[in-house]
Amino acid sequence: MEHYLSLFIRSVFVENMALAFLLGMCTFLAVSKKVQTAIGLGIAVIIVQTITVPVNNLLVHYLLADGALAWAGFPEADLSFLGLIVYIGVIAALVQILEMTLDKFFPALYQSLGIFLPLITVNCAIMGGSLFMVERDYDFAESVVFGLGSGFGWALAIAALAGIREKMKYSDVPDGLRGLGITFITVGLMAIGFMSFSGIKL
Amino acid sequence: MAFDKQEAKSVLFSPIFNNNPIALQVLGICSALAVTSKLETALVMSLALTVVVALSNMLISMIRKQIPSSIRIIVQMTIIASLVILVDQVLKAYAYEVSKQLSVFVGLIITNCIVMGRAEAYAMKNGPFMSLLDGLGNGLGYSVLLIVVGIIRELFGSGELLGYTILPSTANGGWYETNGMLVLPASSFFIIGFLIWALRAWKKDQVEDKE
Repeated sequence: MEHYLSLFIRSVFVENMALAFLLGMCTFLAVSKKVQTAIGLGIAVIIVQTITVPVNNLLVHYLLADGALAWAGFPEADLSFLGLIVYIGVIAALVQILEMTLDKFFPALYQSLGIFLPLITVNCAIMGGSLFMVERDYDFAESVVFGLGSGFGWALAIAALAGIREKMKYSDVPDGLRGLGITFITVGLMAIGFMSFSGIKL
Repeated sequence: MAFDKQEAKSVLFSPIFNNNPIALQVLGICSALAVTSKLETALVMSLALTVVVALSNMLISMIRKQIPSSIRIIVQMTIIASLVILVDQVLKAYAYEVSKQLSVFVGLIITNCIVMGRAEAYAMKNGPFMSLLDGLGNGLGYSVLLIVVGIIRELFGSGELLGYTILPSTANGGWYETNGMLVLPASSFFIIGFLIWALRAWKKDQVEDKE
């Protein structure tokens, strides 16, 4: 249990997807003007991340890895070079399924997430989560915890940035720096703040 | 299609400064930040991305009239993912050390918004040759920014360029006190932020309006 708790804390704070690995930056910068929408997108990312990472984990262990097809009678097969195309396929399909499910059973939630769901397909944080899971060789339970943790960390970061940007409307920023430039610098400062977590082990 | 030299030139060169994918279109930032701590990784990454975006633009443009619009995203994804797998395998075969350093970021070219963005915005509407040029131009715009950031970070962060010592650091008995912050990923935010500032001070029309 402790192992999983430690992994969770690590993936939320120490190895924060957005601020330590700089993943999902495109949406991170584009959809962080308002706290409300940022939180909506954050929730969508948590949901998708918690589902896709474990699903990809199963696929890697039972389909793609070297010798993983032994159960089907092909102990020699190594399909790991197909990894990238499979992960992105899984992500795209899951986002589509999630969209339809939400539309049917939770229309209120669907309305509030609406436009953000399709955007998630091309969010590098989701793809990056799956790739890190493969690189670090997590087992199934670990991948569930890692998916939840990394999604949560990303949501936390985007909500925090949106909060800062809402306040920043009242500040007088130099012309050339307005908009994108100052956002970059803000995120840089946040990333330095998150570095204070590094080295923490539970 | 009639070939217009003037247009071809503008398609190829305008993304470098006038319509830079990172500084103005806010595309493809994730990888730009993470792989620039060394010039070598920045170079390899720029090359990989330029190849992928140019070829994917051309291929998608070739079959643009056959793609039903309802499934175009999946079709584009498949083409892009196949190209990225190709690049990934080539890197693993011929530049194993660099591909280890780039780790997941080669795979993340798939979700790099530049590739998707250009496919959707340009390749779906224009002929194969112009799309190839557009891809090359955007790849170059991305590369210019990446290489500049890579040079700044490696030169001032560790006093080296491509592994050769330029400024002898105090740790090795030289005179240059290395700036440790530039080695951290966070510094790339500041550098890109200031580069955007510099670019916009030069090209005033890119300044964003007040809200």
